[in-house]
Parts: sequence; C-alpha cells; structure tokens
Amino acid sequence: MTVALFVPCYLDQFYPEVAIATLELLERLGVDVVFPPEQTCCGQPMANTGCTADCAPVARRFVDIFAPFDSIVCPSGSCTSMVRNHYDDYFAEDDDAFLHVKQRTFDLCEFLYDELQIQELKIEGQDVCFPHRVSLHQSCHGLRELRLGPSSENMTVRDNKVRQLMNLVKDVEWCDLSRPDECCGFGGTFAVNEADVSAAMGRDRVADHVGSGSEVIVSADMSCLMHLQGLIRREKSPIEVMHVAQVLAGRKLKKTNAK
Amino acid sequence: MNMLPIVDHPAAARPFVTNPDRAPWHDKALWFVRSKRDKQASSVPEWEYLRSLASQIKTATIANLGDYLTEFERNATALGAVVHWAADAEEHNRIVLKILRDHDTHRIVKSKSMLTEECGLNPFLEANGIDVVDTDLGERIVQLRHETPSHIVLPAIHLKKEEVGETFHEHLGTDEGAADPKYLTEAARGHLRDKFLAGEVGITGVNFAIAETGGFVVCTNEGNADLGASLPNVHIACMGIEKLVPRFEDLAVFLRLLARSATGQPITTYTSHFHGPRDSHSELHIVLVDNGRSRLRQSDAFRDALHCIRCGACMNTCPVYRRSGGHSYRATIPGPIGSVLSPTRDSSKHKSLPFACSLCGSCTDVCPVKIPLHHQLLAWRKEIGNLKLLSYDKRISMKMASLLFRSARLFSFAGWVGRASLKVLPHWATHHRLNTWTIARELPEPPKESFRHWYAKNRK
Ligand code: SF4
Repeated sequence: MTVALFVPCYLDQFYPEVAIATLELLERLGVDVVFPPEQTCCGQPMANTGCTADCAPVARRFVDIFAPFDSIVCPSGSCTSMVRNHYDDYFAEDDDAFLHVKQRTFDLCEFLYDELQIQELKIEGQDVCFPHRVSLHQSCHGLRELRLGPSSENMTVRDNKVRQLMNLVKDVEWCDLSRPDECCGFGGTFAVNEADVSAAMGRDRVADHVGSGSEVIVSADMSCLMHLQGLIRREKSPIEVMHVAQVLAGRKLKKTNAK
Repeated sequence: MNMLPIVDHPAAARPFVTNPDRAPWHDKALWFVRSKRDKQASSVPEWEYLRSLASQIKTATIANLGDYLTEFERNATALGAVVHWAADAEEHNRIVLKILRDHDTHRIVKSKSMLTEECGLNPFLEANGIDVVDTDLGERIVQLRHETPSHIVLPAIHLKKEEVGETFHEHLGTDEGAADPKYLTEAARGHLRDKFLAGEVGITGVNFAIAETGGFVVCTNEGNADLGASLPNVHIACMGIEKLVPRFEDLAVFLRLLARSATGQPITTYTSHFHGPRDSHSELHIVLVDNGRSRLRQSDAFRDALHCIRCGACMNTCPVYRRSGGHSYRATIPGPIGSVLSPTRDSSKHKSLPFACSLCGSCTDVCPVKIPLHHQLLAWRKEIGNLKLLSYDKRISMKMASLLFRSARLFSFAGWVGRASLKVLPHWATHHRLNTWTIARELPEPPKESFRHWYAKNRK
C-alpha cells in the first residue's frame, strides 16, 4: 500500500515542520509514503468564495495527481473535507478516479485512528511524551464535516479521535475549555472578508485557552492555528500553538511566541 | 434603523463588533441561552431521533404542500374560520386592512409575529391611521424605540436593561435611571393592560397549523397572544404557508423541539390552541401567505429552508451573529437562516450575507429540523458567483489563485517570492492597513524553505 502525502498549500510554504512531522510519523509507523511533487492546493479558497469555475481545474488536477495511490493522507481536516465532501460539484457521479480519491482521502488523525488503529506511540522503543498542560482546539471542519469527534450541539456519542490519539502520548495534562468547540474565526477567506468579526472570534478563542491554564494549543488543523498564532504574537499572549502531528512525532515545545 | 440599499455586512457589523462593551456582552448573553438549550437537549434521550423525525415530517409536508393547504382550508372553514390567501406581502397587508376597515377598527393589539414583520404590516397600518401595539415585551420595547427586532425569539436582546429603563422612562414615565427588570416588567404590564382593553382586533402569528384538524397553535411565554386573541371579538392569525403539519400528533414532535431549542425551556409557558372562532359573536380570520415560499419550494438547493420553525437556535449558536448583532444583517430574519432566506428575495441586495459565515457548521448541528444551513450558505456563494454578483477583487484574486495552483512550478516560485519578501521587508511594509489580515494579526514567520524543497533534498 502506497500512501500519498497531501500537504496543503499554506503548510508547504509556511509550516514545513508540520509536514515533516507528519511524514516522519507515518514512516515510523511503517507506512510506505510519498509526496507527489506536482500537487499544490485542493481548491478550497476558490470554492468557499463561490468561484466554482476557478476551482474546477484545480480539483480535477488534484484527482489526476492522487488517483494512482491507495490512500491520500492530509494533516488538515478542512482540506480533507473539501476533497471528500465538496468535490462532487466538479465530477461526474461515475468518475472512478474521483470516487477512489473521495473515498480514500483521510485526515491524518482519521488515518491513524481508523485505518492504522494505532494503540501505542514509540520512538526507538521509548514512549512519546509531552510533559505540558495542553488544550485542544477542534477545527470545525474536522469536527462537523469529518466527525473526528462529537460536536457539543449533537446529542450523539462519538469517540474523539484527536483526543484519543493524544492520550497515547505520556505526561499530557489536559486543560478543559469553557466552550469546547467554538469556532476560532479563521474560515479561510472569511478571515479577510470579515476581518473584524474574525479577529474578535480569534481573540475570544485564545482567551479561553489561556484562561484554562494551558501552555499550548494543540489542533489537527494548522489553518486555525495560523490565525490564532497571528493573534497570539500580536497581543503577546502567554501560550504556544502546535499541530497534533508534531506532538505525536515527539517534537519538543518550541517558543513560537518569542520575538 | 438606517436601511442601506445594498447590505454590506462587514461594514454594518463594525460598530457593534468593535465596541468593547457591546459585543462580548451580547456574545455571553446568547451563549447562556445556547448552554440552556444544550442542557435541555441532553435531557431528552431521543433528541437526535426527534430531529430526524421533524425533518422527515417537514420534507413530506413541503412535498405535498398544496394538498395539505387545501385540507387545512376545508377543515378550518368547517370550524367557522374565514381563510384568506395572500400571494405576497402587499396582498397580506391589504387583506388585514380590509378586515379592520370592515369592523371600523382604529386600535389593534398584536402578538409577536415574524411574518407580519416580514410583510411590513406595522408601518402599513400606521400609515393607514391604525394604532398598532405590539404586546410581546421585547417587541414593545423595540417598537417604542422605533427599531426592528434584532432576533426572532429575543427581539430586544441587543439592548441592555439600562437602555430599556431609559426607553420606559421616556415613553411610560418610569423613574429615571431605573433598570430593575422586575420594576420595568411591571410597568410594561400595566401599560399593556390598558392597550389590551382598548384593542378592538387581535392579530397573532401562528407557530403550527394542523391540516387534519384545521386548527393552529400559538406559543408564547408571556400569555400575550391569549389575551390579545381573547379580549377582542375579532382574531386575525397570519401564517406563512410552510407552517403546516399534517396531523395533530405531529405537533408533539415540534413542540418538544421548539422551546428547548429556542430558550432552553422544556416547553413554552403558553401553548394555545385555536380551533375556530371563540363563540357565535366572534370571528376568526386566517391569512395564508406565500410571499416567495412557493418559489423557494421549487429550488433543490434551498427547499429545506422551508422546514424552519423559527426557534432562533442557529442565531444563538452562530459565532458571527453573537458578535455582530442582529441588526448588522439588515434583514427581518438575521443569522444563519436569515442569510439563507434573504438572498432568495433579493440576491443582489443581500449578497454579502452568505459570506458573513466562517462555515463552522454549528448552525447545522443545532437546528432542530436539520436544515443543512452552512451547506446552503456555501451553495449561495456559488449562486452569487454564477449570478456575477461577486466583487471585482474577489473575482480577480481567485482567478489568479486558480492559475497559480494549476502549476506546481509557478506555485513554488510565488511561495518563494512571498517568503523571501516577508523575510527582507520591514514590518511596516507587510503589516499595514491595506493588508486586512494584518490589522489584528501577525503574518506567519517565513521558514527558510518550503516542504517540497526540503523533501526534494531529503527523500530521494
Ligand atoms: S433554521 Fe433551524 S435553528 Fe434556525 S431558526 Fe430555523 S429551525 Fe431554528
């Protein structure tokens, strides 16, 4: 089984360390993983702005590039949801290449939890540990479109896959938020289009995390974290951000806040 | 309230969201309601089942709406009610005015109805010399202030109690500076009692109408609809044609969902059933209003929006609504469902509303009748794109992005330019007013190389 790594455009350019952590993590778990170099973006910015004609060629290109692989893994809930839940507009219902890509594109946490069903995390025989106070930021698309966990609105019982994976890491001390799954206000082009509301949402989100006593916000979606980190650095808030892949890959807490 | 020709939500929201007292307070007040809703919903083990059932009942009703409406009319008429049909807001208003004129009425008492709000009934009647009194407390407050409701269930939620105190001091003569809710409510009650006694005709909305029986139900917490419909001899009930449920037993499903979703109560304080006029001296008129609903029914993408039972839960949960206030939508119905419905009336006027949404999906998960609200908002964005209503900068930036993403080499090069300039340019050159992102946020610190570059060097 060959797995293709899908690295969203902004991760490729601004957060290569998250993509490297994802790659290492998968390799360490024995997955045969490659990065197809022709890839760029899933087309989400265009689709969410309503520019379907501009999105269509990007979506088709994506399917062409990734169709040859058994599975596609992406360290971002929102981009995964784009492919799985929003690509139908651009393909015929019986397009086999599309159907294959749609069914076999996974968020990293989904892939580890559902496909690999990992039960432990070790690096060279040692347990991965992260001795910090941690709060979880759940990305809305991961939560409500991929159902990586139960949303607070729904009265359904569901495993929280991200949290379960984080529980494989030793010495994590959880800090609970007053609003467990409120949106951070990023929303792609929403952050620019509705800049005031977006920033207000983000500041409230950071305040909830800081108020919980957490040292680091961990999330399965770097796009939320990019937005929150921008606010944290502007306001010099006493908290860091990390992608869950970095924690699972055994990375140390890095002071992103230091200027 | 100042009506702009084209609603620009970000601009309309700015004074509210950037007000350091207003926005956080409004957010907390509505989050409190949302939390009460969560508690109530979690106390019903079959909650998700009820939502599915409600959604299925609504789908079936809307699919056979014509039949159910005929059945309702037949049964309501048999009970002695007079049923009127209105194609649009104007016709609705004319029908109501005619009934009032036939009874030589100058004063009416009205209980809260979003439909009459949608039809602009108050200003229409006032222009025709009729004194209209809204009897719902919140509705009366905004009426005295010459404002519109900012929320469909909590019309005055945007106001603090001190502001209500001022309004009452000015109009009802309460003590200056008084802000005690109990005192103010008592004052309003006294004031409204006189209005009730003077009212010659009562107008109410309708929460649910039942095809099988020809009756309908009005839900309130203040009992004002009962008083308004019981004191005068003439009762006019105005309803959108989507308010039907097929059978009497369907009501239970919706009544259990409505109050819990709306305010976190197990049931509304008053759930009044009206089946025909009160007695032989009374009249009951029911006005069935279309006003664009049949058109919405034709649309595959937005038909489910007709399921809405106007509980307001999507507003309470919406992080954008909570911070920007209901008036920023400049629409009778604000929030997620309003942003779906308003463009169906005038897509060019309301084109910014489907973008006043981070697509978090909380509204979809909270909606008791399972309207896929955030998917419909996304569908609206496409529709607005198809209608060529997108702004120039959106169109151009997305066209350029599309070109960039079609070539890995171009994308990689542009990324390099971006990172390099972030590295060499001084902070003021990248963080300025024109770059909206950087008004409140720092840009990411550029890494020395992209992942693709690192991969090419380290894994081959
Ligand atoms: S769309 Fe759903 S949540 Fe919103 S008001 Fe209507 S029924 Fe309630």
